[in-house]
Amino acid sequence: MFRAAWKSLLGRKLRLLMSTFAIVLGVAFVAGSLMFSDTLQRSFTALFSSTVGDVVVRPTSGTSFGAVDGSTRSVPASLVDEIAEVDGVARVDGKVSAPGVFVVDTDGKVVGGQGAPGLALGYDEAPIAGGGEGLRVVEGSPPTRAGEIALDEATAERAGYEVGDEVTLVSPVAEGELTQRLVGVSAFAGGASLNGATITVFDMATAQSVFLGGTDAFTDIWVSAEPGVSQAELRDAVAPLLPDGVEAVTGDDAAEEGASLLLEAISFLTTFLLIFAGIALVVGGFLIVNTFSILVAQRSRELALLRALGASQRQVVRSVQFEALVLGLLGSTLGLGLGVLLAMGIRALFANFGLDLGGQSLVLEPRTVLAAYGVGVLVTMAAAWGPARRTSRIAPVQALRDDVALPETTIRRRLLAGVGLIAVGAGAMAYGLLATPPRIAWWVGLGVLAVLLGVAAAAPVIARPFLAGAHALFRRLFGTVGNLAGLNALRNPRRTTATASALMIGLALASTMAILGDSAKASVDQTIDESFPGDFLVSNQIGQGFSTGIADRMREVDGVSALAALRYGIVEVDGDPRGLAAADLAEVDRVVEVDVVEGEAADLVDGTVMVDADYAEDNDVTVGDGLTIGTVGGEVDYEVVAVYEPNPVIGFALLTTVPTLLEAGYLDVDNTLVIDADAASPGGLAGVEDRLDAVVGDNPLVTVKDQAAYADEQREPIDQLILIIFALLGLALVIAVLGIVNTLALSIIERTREVGLLRAVGLGRGQLRVMITLESVVIAVLGAVLGLLLGLVFGVALLRSLRDEGLEVISVPVGQLALFLGLSLVIGVLAAVLPARRAARLDVLAAVSAE
Amino acid sequence: MTTAPARPAARVRDLVKTYGTGQARVRALDGVSVDLAAGEFTAVMGPSGSGKSTLMHCCAGLDTADSGSVLVGETELSTLKDKALTRLRRDRIGFVFQSFNLVPTLTAGENILLPLAIAGRRPDPELYDRVIETVGLAPRLGHKPSELSGGQQQRVAVARALVSRPEIVFADEPTGNLDSQSGAEVLSLLRRSADDGQTIVMVTHDPVAAAYTDRVVFLTDGKVTDDLRDPDRDQVLEIMARTSAASAHVAPGAAEAQGA
Repeated sequence: MFRAAWKSLLGRKLRLLMSTFAIVLGVAFVAGSLMFSDTLQRSFTALFSSTVGDVVVRPTSGTSFGAVDGSTRSVPASLVDEIAEVDGVARVDGKVSAPGVFVVDTDGKVVGGQGAPGLALGYDEAPIAGGGEGLRVVEGSPPTRAGEIALDEATAERAGYEVGDEVTLVSPVAEGELTQRLVGVSAFAGGASLNGATITVFDMATAQSVFLGGTDAFTDIWVSAEPGVSQAELRDAVAPLLPDGVEAVTGDDAAEEGASLLLEAISFLTTFLLIFAGIALVVGGFLIVNTFSILVAQRSRELALLRALGASQRQVVRSVQFEALVLGLLGSTLGLGLGVLLAMGIRALFANFGLDLGGQSLVLEPRTVLAAYGVGVLVTMAAAWGPARRTSRIAPVQALRDDVALPETTIRRRLLAGVGLIAVGAGAMAYGLLATPPRIAWWVGLGVLAVLLGVAAAAPVIARPFLAGAHALFRRLFGTVGNLAGLNALRNPRRTTATASALMIGLALASTMAILGDSAKASVDQTIDESFPGDFLVSNQIGQGFSTGIADRMREVDGVSALAALRYGIVEVDGDPRGLAAADLAEVDRVVEVDVVEGEAADLVDGTVMVDADYAEDNDVTVGDGLTIGTVGGEVDYEVVAVYEPNPVIGFALLTTVPTLLEAGYLDVDNTLVIDADAASPGGLAGVEDRLDAVVGDNPLVTVKDQAAYADEQREPIDQLILIIFALLGLALVIAVLGIVNTLALSIIERTREVGLLRAVGLGRGQLRVMITLESVVIAVLGAVLGLLLGLVFGVALLRSLRDEGLEVISVPVGQLALFLGLSLVIGVLAAVLPARRAARLDVLAAVSAE
Repeated sequence: MTTAPARPAARVRDLVKTYGTGQARVRALDGVSVDLAAGEFTAVMGPSGSGKSTLMHCCAGLDTADSGSVLVGETELSTLKDKALTRLRRDRIGFVFQSFNLVPTLTAGENILLPLAIAGRRPDPELYDRVIETVGLAPRLGHKPSELSGGQQQRVAVARALVSRPEIVFADEPTGNLDSQSGAEVLSLLRRSADDGQTIVMVTHDPVAAAYTDRVVFLTDGKVTDDLRDPDRDQVLEIMARTSAASAHVAPGAAEAQGA
C-alpha cells in the first residue's frame, strides 16, 4: 500500500513540489528566525562575558535596566585598595566607561548610533571573568595621554581611520566635536564581536577627567579571584566593605543581566519574523488543502481501484496521509536549508543597519531542527487531513464508472463553520481590543486568524455573487471565451475561493498595515500640526543628550525670543520605564503656557514632581501623594505638588526640576530645545535658523529643525517599518501566486479532455490562453477584494481601539489600496502564463482521448 | 436532394502515417487514397489497428500525416499551421466523439452553439430551429450535460456538429457508448441529415451502424481493402469476418493505442 503511495508521489513530483513551496517558505522563516535569534544570543552572551570581571563592584541603580544613557554615579577610587586587601582577591582594577561617545567617519557621518551603543572606556588591563584577557590593543599602542585614543577594529575600519589619523568624536558632555589622535586599534582577546557598538579607549586619567568630572573615582571596579575562589565567594567577601549605594555582583550575573536586557530589547525581531512564519504557514496550509483535494479528486478512480482490489478504507486514507508526511518532511528539509540562507540574509541586513555580528557563525540548535520539522510536517498533515479523510468515502464500484465525483462536505456546513469562526474571531478581537486583557496581541492575532479562516471557509458562498458578476462581465467583454472562463470559476467555487483565500490573507494584512501606517503618519502630522511648540526644535538625532552650552549660546542668538531647554531621564515607575522630564517652568511658560489644574506650579521645588492630568487620572495620583521613582542613582520618593494639562514642550507625564534630575545621577545634558523666534529679526525665520545652525556647528548629531523637518523625521521610522512589513508580506503574496499557478495547472490537467474538445471544435490557442488568464484573474481579484475588505475592517477596528494611544486619525490610503487591487490583476495575468501556455500546447488529439 | 453529387467533399491521396520507431514502428496508414463524396454518409470500418480512426483524424485536421495529401474542399490540409487548422475545424468541420462531447459547464443549447460562438458568428435561425427540431431536444436546451442521458448528450453533440452547416461532419464511434435504442436514434438523426445533403463520415465497428450509411470503406493494416455501396448488415458482417481472419497475424492494439 505504501509502495503505491510512494509511486504516486514520484509520479507527481512537480505538482507536489509546487505545493510544498509554501511549506518550504514557512519553515524557512521559522528556522531562519530561530537561528538568527540563537546566533544573536550567543554573540551577545560572548560579548557581555568579555565585559565583566569575576566580580563587578558598581553603584546601585534604582532601575532594572541600569543607566542606559549614563549616570554621574561612581565608586570612590579608595575602594580599589580596600578591596585588594580582601582574602581571595587576586587583583582589583578601577574602570571608567561612559555611553554616547561616537566616531565621526572621514565623510563627516556618525558611525553606528542606530541603537548600538557608543562607549568610551579608560584604558586598563583588567582580566575578564575567568582570568582571560579582555579588550586589548592589537595594533599600535594603548593611549597614554590626553589627546590619544584607541578604537575598536570594526569601527576603525567602518570609519576609515588608520593608526596615526586624527579622529573626530562626538559626546554628549562635549559641546562640539573632540579631535583625538588614533594611536591603537583594539579587539577582544576572546574574539567576541562588538555587534555594531563603538568602543573608544582613552587613557584612564583622561577618561576620569572627561567623564567623571575629574574626580578620583571609577564607574565600576573589577575584582579578580585567586584560583579556587568562586565568583559568589568573592562577591560575599567583598560586599561588607562597600559603602551605601554601591553593590557587588558576580561577573556571570552582570553579563547575564546585560545580555538579557539587550536581547529583550531586540526580541521583537524574532517575534516579528515568527509572525511572518505563521502567516506563510497558514497561507501554505490553504494551498496544501487545495492541492490535496484536487489530487485526490483526480485520483479517485485509482483509489477506487485500490479499494476494489481489496484495500480497506483505512489503508486508502493512510496512503494519502503517508504522501502528506513525505511531502511535509521534504518541505521541512528544504525549508531548513532555505532557513540557513535566510538567517544569513537577515544577518547581512542587520549588519547594514549597524548590528554587525561579525565573526559569530550561525548557531543551529537541535531545537531549531525540531521546530522546523515539527511545524512543516504538522501543517502539511493537518492540511491534508480533510482531503485524506474524504477518500474513505470512495466506493470500490466507482473504479468501474466513467466519471467519479468525490463526495464533498456540503457548502452549508462550511458556511456555518465559517460564520462560526468569524464570530469567534471577531469576539476574540473585540475582547482583546476593548477589554485589554494581559496578552492583547495573542487575542487580536488569534482573532484575526479565526476571522481569516472563517471568511475562507464561508467564501464559496460569500463569493458567489462576485463570481457570478465576474461571469456576466466576462461574458459581455469577451463573449464565449469570457463565458467559459466565468463558468469555470463558478464550477468549483470551493477551489476558486480556497486559492483566492491565500491571496486574501496576504492582502488583508498588507492593507491593514497600509491603513495603520497611513493613519499613524496622519496622526503624527496632526499631532505635530496641533502641538509643535515654538518655531524650531533642537535635538540629538540618536535621542541622546547634548551639552548645555548649546542652549546657553542659542539664548544669545539674534531673533530668539524664547527658549525652553528640556531634559529627561529614563526612570522606572511601577516596573515600567518612563521619562522624567526636567525644565525651568518659567522658561517653558514663555513658549507654551503650562496649564496647572491642581496644586501650584510655584510649589515645584527640588525633590518634588508635577504629573500631567492623564497620568494623574490613570494612576489615581493627586497632589500631596508620594511617588516612588527608580532612578539611575537608586529609588527616590518624590512628593507630587501639582497636576498640569499635557504640554507639548514637556512631552512627558512627569516633570521635576533640573537639580533634582542631576541629584538623581543623570548627566548634565539637554535633550530638547524648543525655540520661539522673532520673524521680524534680520533674515526672518530663515535667518534665525541659519544662526542657530551656526551654533550647533560641526556636531553632526545635533540638528535644528522646523516643523516640516521635524514631521519628516517623525514619519521616517513609520515609513521604514511599513516598507519592511510590505517586503515580508510580499513573500506571502509570492506563495499565493504560486498557489494560483498550481491550482490552475492542476485544474487544467483535470480538464484535459475538455480542453481537447474545445480545441477540436475550433477554440484557438490564443482564445484558450485568454480563457485561462481570465480564470486566473477572477481568482486573484476575488482574493484581493476579500483581502482589501478584511484589511479595511481590521485596520479600522485596530485604529479605533488605539485611539487612546495617540492614533486619533483614521486615514485610508485609497491610492495604495487601489494599487493593491491593480497589482492583483497583474498577479492574475502572470499566474496564468505557465498554465495557459501548457494548455495551449496540449495535443488536441491526445487531449480529446485522454483518460 | 437524395441523389449523390459526384463532387467530392474531401479527397485523400497516398496518405501515410507511422507511429513509433524501430521495432515498435507501426504504419497506421499505408498509402490510403479515397474520395469522400459530398452529401454522402460514409462509414469507415476495420479491425482494431486498421488505421480507421487515424484516417478520420487526418481528414478532420486533428492529426497530420507523414506524407500524402488531404483536401477538404479545395484546401490542402498538410500545409496548414495550427491556427488555420483550428479555423478549419471551427468553420468547416463538425465533430461527434464517442464520449465526452459536451462542455460540462455549458447548457445543451450553449453547447450546440459553441463553435459558432467561438467564431463569433450567429446561427442561421431557420437552420437552428430545424436542427433543434430534428434532434428533438427543444425542452432540454437549458439543461446541463450532467442532467441529460447518454443518448440525449450524443444528440446534442450531433446538433452541435450540424448547426454550423460544416462541409463534413466526422463522427468517431458516436454510438459506441450507447444502448441500442439510443444508438438507433442517433444513427437515424445522422441518416436524415445526410438525406438533407450533409456530408458525414463515421468511424464505427458496428455493422448495424454501418447499415445506415451510403457507403462503407474498409481499412485493413492501413490500406483500403473494400469499398461497399449501399451496404446491408450481412454484407458488412461478411467482409468483417474476412478481413479479421486475414489480419489475425498482425499484433492488434499497437496502432489502436496510438490512434484511437
